[in-house]
Amino acid sequence: MNKNILLYTAILIFGLAAPFVFPAFKVQLSILCVLIVLAITWNIQGGEMGYNTFGNILFYGLGMYLCASVQVGMFFPLAEWTESGGEKTFVHTPAQFFQGMAAGLVVAAVVPTIVAGLIGYAILGLRGHYFAICTLGLGVAAGEISGGIEIIGAGQGFTTPPFPNVGGLEARGEFFYFLSFGALILTFLAVRSIYSTRFKLILNAIRDNEDKAEAMGIETMKYKIIGWMVSAFFCGLAGGIMGGLVGYIDSTDVAFDGREMGVFMVLMAILGGKGTLWGPVIGATVFHIFKEGFWTFFLGWQYVALGILIVVIVIYFPEGIMGWLREKYPERFGETIDEADRKAQVELK
Amino acid sequence: MDFMVFQYPMITVQACLDGLLLGILFALIAYGMALQWGVMNIINIAQGDLVILGGYIAYFMYLYGIHPAWGVIVSPIIMYFVGVGIYKLVINKVVDRDLFISILATFGISILFMQLMNFAFGADVVLANSGYGTTMLFDNNVTLPNSKIFSAFVSIVFAICLVIYMKKSKLGRAIRATAQNARAAKILGVDTEKVYAATFGINAALCGVAGALISITFTIHPYMGLPYTIRSFMIVIVAGLGNLPGVAMSGMGLGVFEEFADYILGTEFRIGSVFLLLVLILVYRRFKLSRKREYLK
Repeated sequence: MNKNILLYTAILIFGLAAPFVFPAFKVQLSILCVLIVLAITWNIQGGEMGYNTFGNILFYGLGMYLCASVQVGMFFPLAEWTESGGEKTFVHTPAQFFQGMAAGLVVAAVVPTIVAGLIGYAILGLRGHYFAICTLGLGVAAGEISGGIEIIGAGQGFTTPPFPNVGGLEARGEFFYFLSFGALILTFLAVRSIYSTRFKLILNAIRDNEDKAEAMGIETMKYKIIGWMVSAFFCGLAGGIMGGLVGYIDSTDVAFDGREMGVFMVLMAILGGKGTLWGPVIGATVFHIFKEGFWTFFLGWQYVALGILIVVIVIYFPEGIMGWLREKYPERFGETIDEADRKAQVELK
Repeated sequence: MDFMVFQYPMITVQACLDGLLLGILFALIAYGMALQWGVMNIINIAQGDLVILGGYIAYFMYLYGIHPAWGVIVSPIIMYFVGVGIYKLVINKVVDRDLFISILATFGISILFMQLMNFAFGADVVLANSGYGTTMLFDNNVTLPNSKIFSAFVSIVFAICLVIYMKKSKLGRAIRATAQNARAAKILGVDTEKVYAATFGINAALCGVAGALISITFTIHPYMGLPYTIRSFMIVIVAGLGNLPGVAMSGMGLGVFEEFADYILGTEFRIGSVFLLLVLILVYRRFKLSRKREYLK
């Protein structure tokens, strides 16, 4: 228990100090926070519940568009904003920017949750690969359709409001870093507390044998929908932050980017270890470091590397880093990471 | 929204004919998918990328001055070996495992192929001009490119040849036996490993034929693969595995649907409507089955 508190404190101190210690990596660290959030949310679905989805990108992109639209729409006419493209005729005052961002993030988190609840009943009745392909279709359809809607910029994209001129040159990076770091802590703590309840056991029961879980009297559909809504909430939040961070939203290349973000979240969770609390965090960190290295040194070949990486991880390393560690150091594993979690898992097995 | 379709019957005729001819092509791709899904229990997300690769083979022949219609012969031969290569490298390691593993692994192959084709052939939309001209019907109100008729004809010929091959040949019998019960086939002396490789090769060859025809009839682009995968998946789940007339019918139905979506909603929503249709079909089947407390398997 002591070690846990030490670990958390160390991570918290590192997180708070990071933008000042490594000022050049602020944007990278913010993206890392968002990636970890996405990996954690995917893990709720794919890892704990056993419903492997390619469609969480839907909530991510929805959150991104909603946050930016609210941020602009609260103060200015949205259609004229998107029409003007890069050259802004309207300028947000600092107060307007932050109010808009706050309201936008709330909407970006709440609306995808509702959407997940609404479509969940229909889609979560599918199982296995049908669910996977159906969600893949949903994600791509959302990208194609949003690329045809005029008011959010259609094919030419949507420029999010630029950061107001306050607090010096470093302010933008620091603001978005702390925003995404805050979102990461919120997500991690929320998911950690969820995982310590009966709810997690129900999700695991659904993963292990859904028919049996139903026979035991668990209303599986209800819990599946709740699980999806939880993951949609944080996914939308992460999308909203990422939209502001990138500064430009395009339907298929940024928001509903199934080829990048949609695969990344699956890959990060699997790389770290499906169905563990820390797996997605470790997986996302390792993946991000690897990705940035590759994206920088092998520019142009990144998708080739990504494709090979997917195949290699999936075929040779499906248990992930956490699974590998668990197999190698069963005792040390439990002590250093999370004793209660491990015990619960061992008892379950 | 454009309701021209309902005011001018000739546009309806045009859309139906275009859709039917297109649908036969889709059915050919879907047949390949049904074959390997039925035999190996694998869903190949890279199906569409194999199609596009086949298309580029025909396009290259066109660039070097050979008539692209010969691609229909050359492309499946090359694609067969590409398919067997993919099987030996990746697919044989995921055959007996969880379906999601195969989906993800082939998704990786799909991304890899997309990017390699992008490097090799450039990101331009290209087409191989067959120079077949067009046929005018109904007082010049309906135009049908001869290349579409040619592609539909070739698809039908290939489909018939394949059906006969599967029925009569030794390998065809082995493939069907493996699909029915892989273990029993193994006991009775069928080399299932070889059968799997051949199945994946035949699937890739079918994709090659379809791709060559698509490069003549429509356009190809390195990133256009995924919609073909989704279409063939959709056709297979509507028709069921091993139901060839069903595959042909639902392929043509999908083609007609797409043409009408194109006219009514606009071209920018065409791909989106295909993906939405997939979601709708799956949800419809889920509700239909859930009345009997069953689910799609």
